[in-house]
Amino acid sequence: MNSTTVRTLLVRGMLAGLAAGVLAFVFAYVVGEGSVDAAIAFEESHSHEHGEELVSRSLQSTAGLATGVLVFGVAIGGIAALAFCFALGRIGRFGARATAALTALAGFLLVYLVPILKYPANPPAVGDPDTIGQRTALFVLMIALSVLLGTGAVLLGRRLAPGWGNWNASITAGVAFVAAVGVAMAVLPHGDNIPKGFPAADLWEFRLASIGIQAVLWSAFGLLFGYLAERVLEPRPVRGRVSTLTA
Amino acid sequence: MAQSTAAPTPTTTQTLTPLPLRAIAPWAVFFGVLMLVLLYFVGAEQGATALVSGEGVHEWVHDARHLLGFPCH
Repeated sequence: MNSTTVRTLLVRGMLAGLAAGVLAFVFAYVVGEGSVDAAIAFEESHSHEHGEELVSRSLQSTAGLATGVLVFGVAIGGIAALAFCFALGRIGRFGARATAALTALAGFLLVYLVPILKYPANPPAVGDPDTIGQRTALFVLMIALSVLLGTGAVLLGRRLAPGWGNWNASITAGVAFVAAVGVAMAVLPHGDNIPKGFPAADLWEFRLASIGIQAVLWSAFGLLFGYLAERVLEPRPVRGRVSTLTA
Repeated sequence: MAQSTAAPTPTTTQTLTPLPLRAIAPWAVFFGVLMLVLLYFVGAEQGATALVSGEGVHEWVHDARHLLGFPCH
């Protein structure tokens, strides 16, 4: 029974992730592609050798972009659904929808926003191809640290809550998280290698688009999955609010 | 039937029952790894390391990789 519930939630998480991926793809195509093209124009004007084109730009910016974002959405949706299964009933008095929203918010913060504060998204032409191994390792390490410290902060908050109250416990856990992440960021090496003359405005626009894509993806996932999960876990046509009023 | 048995239970207590870890673990292990493999192919294949030779995967997901925030090249 419980295993079936987990399977159902996992499948729904992946579907919600797929749907969120569609929205994120549309956003990425409309908002993000302009700054990718600008970066590629800069790259070509600075005679960066690129060899022959394996995949044309028109395919990269449509089908290629869609493949990447949709697969990313499904994978993120599956992992977040599993995290939701762990979190449900363990992080405080939250229903299915609120737990889904909090899981998605935690995912956005821990898997994307905190790591990119240290290692921001870079458009084509930014980043030395020779250091790709090191930069990828540092990015993954930053994500791992952020997720570990975030999980630690939640556990700390839950432990302090009975004695300190939810407010004080949450603030303390949040401050501890920010402090620990700050130390990690200070210790880890720099990642940027921005070529001379790359327009700062283009770089900022690209990074803002990247943040927007991830924000669309995670928020759409959180809301959709919350709706789908609630129907699995609280399968009643009329719920909560109405029944407490009439009871 | 199902409605009459569920009705007296308030929503909060019903949702507060955590799913047992033993029920989650097998799904988390198998699908967790599978999802990470998917993320690897979107985020790092033919960049930092390569399981498939060539540049096809990298070039195909190129724009997504940049815009999602992964180091690309």
